[in-house]
Amino acid sequence: MSSLPSKEGRERVRPGREAAAGVAHPLSAHRVKHGPRGIGAWIGLVPFFLFVTAFMLVPASSILVGSFQDPSGAFTFVNFLHLFRPNILDSYLITIKVSATTALLGGVLGFLIAYAITLGGLPKPLRSFMSTFSGVASNFAGVPLAFAFIATLGRVGLVTVLLKTLFGIDLYDTGFNLYSFWGLSLTYTYFQIPLMVLIIVPALDGMKKEWREASENLGASALQYWLRVGIPVLLPSLLAAFILLFGNAFGAYATAYSLTGGLINLVPILIGAQIRGNVLHDPSLGYALAFGMVIIMTVSIVAYSWLQKISSRWVKQ
Amino acid sequence: MKNASRRAFSWLWLVIGLVYFFLPLLASFLFSLRGKKGVLSFVAYQHVFADPQFLKTFTFSLEMAIFTVIVGLALIVPTAIWVHLRVPKAKPIIEVFALLPFVIPPVILAFGLIRSYSRPPFAIVSSPALLVAGYVIIAFPYIYRSVDAGLRSMDLRALTEAAQSLGSGWGSTLFKVILPNLRTALLSAAFLTLAIVIGELTLAVLLAWPAFGPYMALVGRNLAYEPAALAILSFALTWGSIGIIQAISRGTPGGRSSLGGTH
Repeated sequence: MSSLPSKEGRERVRPGREAAAGVAHPLSAHRVKHGPRGIGAWIGLVPFFLFVTAFMLVPASSILVGSFQDPSGAFTFVNFLHLFRPNILDSYLITIKVSATTALLGGVLGFLIAYAITLGGLPKPLRSFMSTFSGVASNFAGVPLAFAFIATLGRVGLVTVLLKTLFGIDLYDTGFNLYSFWGLSLTYTYFQIPLMVLIIVPALDGMKKEWREASENLGASALQYWLRVGIPVLLPSLLAAFILLFGNAFGAYATAYSLTGGLINLVPILIGAQIRGNVLHDPSLGYALAFGMVIIMTVSIVAYSWLQKISSRWVKQ
Repeated sequence: MKNASRRAFSWLWLVIGLVYFFLPLLASFLFSLRGKKGVLSFVAYQHVFADPQFLKTFTFSLEMAIFTVIVGLALIVPTAIWVHLRVPKAKPIIEVFALLPFVIPPVILAFGLIRSYSRPPFAIVSSPALLVAGYVIIAFPYIYRSVDAGLRSMDLRALTEAAQSLGSGWGSTLFKVILPNLRTALLSAAFLTLAIVIGELTLAVLLAWPAFGPYMALVGRNLAYEPAALAILSFALTWGSIGIIQAISRGTPGGRSSLGGTH
């Protein structure tokens, strides 16, 4: 039979959790000094709320207000009609295409890698190495990542040159270009894969070995196990991860900015150009663009939180 | 699946993953050595270090990162402790705020900050304080998650009540009891924030600061081999920061706080 089920991640004891959740603690029977409680205790959170109001909520709502104003400041809906201009619509479509492609590509590859390291067939140190490495790689983005891909798949990049000298294949003759859709997508996938690994490993750890053994004992094939047990249990986590990866790519600016220099009109690039140099000649349109982006991000995060709640039935976090 | 085929499957995908991760790094490294025609040399690195702008922009970003760590910790640590001890009801609200920087990506944040703070009475758009404030917002989820995990891994209530029943005031409870127990979480949060802020591009470029991120982008536009050297140096910086986090949080629960970054 297969190796013993790994205890990691499942039997982790979390002391202090009950205390945090407000359940009575033995010591609380004889509390000594009381600060303010109830409503009064919220006063302690004032500095925090002031800060996030000033630097997160106020800026975000100013975008919201701005998108309902014309250049003179009067109320209008016209900015939203401008969102349907062909060039703006195109920029939303290409951003969605890049985000969905990289979320899918990064999601599938990340899942397979995460599955490989949680299966238990690999040496133990490799598992912790991979999670450390995923932490590093998911943060290795922006300008340096663009440079790394130019050195890899650019016109004189390592892979481009190797393919040409070893196999006589000229990547750029086949229509590939690092500064276009596929180049950008491959680059984004670099930080999407490790992010997927980090998100999905806890969900895979929640899949009990006993489920698989039980279904095998009852005569289920691997396919049946996956269709009837594995995928239904994992589905909410997988969808949540996909949404998170989608949003992660949708909001990305630095990588695209330093890779394509604005050749591809992604929504964040367009907004950035609007802030820097007023290329749209219409500041209100910038607000509408930003507002559209916030809507998409909000929908994703709400869907993500909802799916997380469902998947937490199986994966105790 | 039999054990052998299971192992083959694991190795196959692991190797594919590692190739995807390491090939661009290898390519950058080899590329960065080609600064001098015909021979491999570290001349690109010498150029990078010899450029006065490199040191200037790096120092600027490092300063901003240090201010971000100080302000971020000063704001978030007391808040997180207070929520754990006194207002657990506020926890879901704080957690919503920890997700918001994801809904409001840096481009939007920069846009909103410029619109809100470029007119009187708060015309502070040209002050580095606004940049630091923006960075604190970006770093907030990382700092909060790290501190929250640290607080959950100790019995905060028992510790506080023990300290107070022995006559300790709030100040000494915080500095002599709680913070020493949070050491690992605080260091993780600090190093992750440093790694994120030093290479950050979006806020710096849109608020027009001569930071390290925009400097790297500029080098990428004008030179060939130096950008590859910068990529390797940045990777070393990120790897160093996260390596330090892993080393100090080994064995303590809640070390996982490094989800995502600023792309």
